[in-house]
Amino acid sequence: MDLDNQIPENKKFTVFNVVVGIILVGGLVLTILRFTKGLGTVTNLDNNNPWGIWIGFDLLCGVALAAGGYVTSAACYIFGLKRFHSAVRPAILTAFLGYALVVLALHYDVGQPWRLPYPIFYSPGTSSLLFEVGLCVFLYLTVLFIEFSPAAMEWLGLKKLRNWVVKLTLLLTIFGVILSTLHQSSLGALFMIAPSKLHPLWYSSYLPIYFFISSMFAGMSMVIFEGSLAHRHLKYKMDETHLKESTGVALGFAKAASLVMMGYACIKIVGLSIDSNWHYLATGWGLWFLLELVGFVLFPAILYAMGSREKNLMFIRLASIWTVLGIVLNRLNISVVAFNWHLPSAERYYPSFMEIGTSVFIVTLGIVVYRFIATRMPILHEHPDYKAH
Amino acid sequence: MAISRRKFLGSLGAAVGATTTGSLTKAYGAANKHFNGYPGSSGVLHDITKCIGCRKCEQACNKVNDLPQPEKPFEDLSILDKKRRTQAEEYTVVNQFSAREKIFVKKQCNHCLEPACASACFVKAFKKTPAGPVVYDESLCVGCRYCMVACPFEVPAYEYDKVLTPRVTKCTMCAPRLEEGKLPGCVEACPREALIFGDRKELLKIAKSKIQKYPDQYIDHVYGEHEMGGTSWLYLSGQPFESIGMREDLGTTSAPELTAGPLSAVPIVVGLWPVLLTGVYAISKRKDKIAKEEKEDALQAARVQANEDMNKKLEEQREKMTKEKTAAINFEVKKALEEAAKEKEKEAEAGEVEDSEEKGKQEE
Repeated sequence: MDLDNQIPENKKFTVFNVVVGIILVGGLVLTILRFTKGLGTVTNLDNNNPWGIWIGFDLLCGVALAAGGYVTSAACYIFGLKRFHSAVRPAILTAFLGYALVVLALHYDVGQPWRLPYPIFYSPGTSSLLFEVGLCVFLYLTVLFIEFSPAAMEWLGLKKLRNWVVKLTLLLTIFGVILSTLHQSSLGALFMIAPSKLHPLWYSSYLPIYFFISSMFAGMSMVIFEGSLAHRHLKYKMDETHLKESTGVALGFAKAASLVMMGYACIKIVGLSIDSNWHYLATGWGLWFLLELVGFVLFPAILYAMGSREKNLMFIRLASIWTVLGIVLNRLNISVVAFNWHLPSAERYYPSFMEIGTSVFIVTLGIVVYRFIATRMPILHEHPDYKAH
Repeated sequence: MAISRRKFLGSLGAAVGATTTGSLTKAYGAANKHFNGYPGSSGVLHDITKCIGCRKCEQACNKVNDLPQPEKPFEDLSILDKKRRTQAEEYTVVNQFSAREKIFVKKQCNHCLEPACASACFVKAFKKTPAGPVVYDESLCVGCRYCMVACPFEVPAYEYDKVLTPRVTKCTMCAPRLEEGKLPGCVEACPREALIFGDRKELLKIAKSKIQKYPDQYIDHVYGEHEMGGTSWLYLSGQPFESIGMREDLGTTSAPELTAGPLSAVPIVVGLWPVLLTGVYAISKRKDKIAKEEKEDALQAARVQANEDMNKKLEEQREKMTKEKTAAINFEVKKALEEAAKEKEKEAEAGEVEDSEEKGKQEE
């Protein structure tokens, strides 16, 4: 059965399409405003708060939540968990789109986006962690593009090229894990240069490790979360193998995420003890920190554990959404909420509606492109000519 | 070409020597961790106790840097009532703090010995010059504003309202004027001796001797000597620095040292990960292979077992059948024999009758 290019005749004015249409038009307006009036008009950024949600959400959360690509492909190809095979392609596609959108979002945030190739090709500032992030994101985006390309080639019928690229799978997977380790951790290490601005509960010399470890369960949770979304809206695109394996993927990742999250909570407590920051827990910031750690790490970890033990998909799906929210909370805490905590509230940053609108626009763009690709290319099913099962 | 061969070998030797000594010097340089600033580099000593808040330095800064005129003139001192920070068009500001008496503090880029902005910049737009100033090259700047995140003194500002060519701006210590042999604008304009320009090492000596001479006028601390690895601007104060808007919790670790750890992890990850991951791959591959072999062995064994069982059964069956056959034959034979015997008996009986009849006939 050929599932490609079977796009059901939909009504054009569904609720989804109308909402998406409005967001895209709004985004276009914001884009024009940003590039004709400047950052000052669109954002609430100022000299004390040079980074807002375009970095805190679009970059930090975007990269963390796109970690499903390296996690799933490593599980399948390096650790040999072959039952995750049908989850690899959707995860790679999401990761590729995620990183592409991160780079797109950066074009809005930096002052002179046409100079974005400078750090890599013109004047590399190798002492900067941002250079490491930039180089790794650039390389990894390339890797993800190559990893994703077989799906497009199968769709386009480029058999020879496709078979040649597929031979690179293991190499690309290993390269992808190296690059992900480096830039996921470096995003945390970015803030190590500013111990005087980030609240001690979040500042730690372990920041890079926290970011890397949390990217693992962020990636797994996104795979589970997306899987449940795809089941609801794109089920007709899934072949038997995908449908048969998807429960196993959810159960497997739930168990793994639960373990990694418990470990993450432990190393967070280790960091707290090493810097002797216990006394901050009794403050308002401490409560906020505990909400993040207990409410959005330990609680979903337990929910995951119960879900995988009872084989309860409802628990697992709930835990995946909860974990994703926890990652967003953590990244925003470090980049926006607990950053510049020493400033009086009048000098603190709150995102403008236009900043939020732009972020919503970029996420929506991702969903639209995902749907476009997943309904046309062999993502949720195997192409009949290239069966691995 | 014999000469060129000799020349070639000679230059080869020289090249090897140069690289070796070069790397040796570098290694020595790296081992010397404490960077105390370029020798002979300049700085400014700001004696806060001498500042009268006249804003002449602000005015001079505005003039020498060709900055736009502010809304309120520099003579308007009411602006001091509000705490200010450096802005895109204000490279320096004077703030007023009221303790027992009014205290005025000038704020501008401190020109760190190992600047956070330069360490953070991913295009090397910031540079610490050997002369002292930290300078910015706007032709490289992408506008990521990581320098502003990194700066512990909250100095760099951004031209958020420029659309196409926004720049990061900050005090340059008047680097172009220094090259011409002039003083920085603010230092030149200062009517008191609140700003002294000179060799940083000399300024440190002056500051310390001032503290020694007037211990009741000054706090025993030269701000900037060690803060964040040391800065080219140095400060003397009669009040605790914390109370006049200068953070005392910055520590003495320079910004590059703060990020040296994670940066050093890069080569280790690049070196170690491929080995570990290939190892994991090899192990999982081998596990698969062994599992496959074991499966095949088990299948083979099962097959052999099944064969044996089958043979055994067949044998049993055959034996059984043979037995049954024999039994059947025996039975048949027995039956036949019995029948034959019966027949014989009958015949014998009949014979006896005949015999007796014959006997009877004979007796008659």
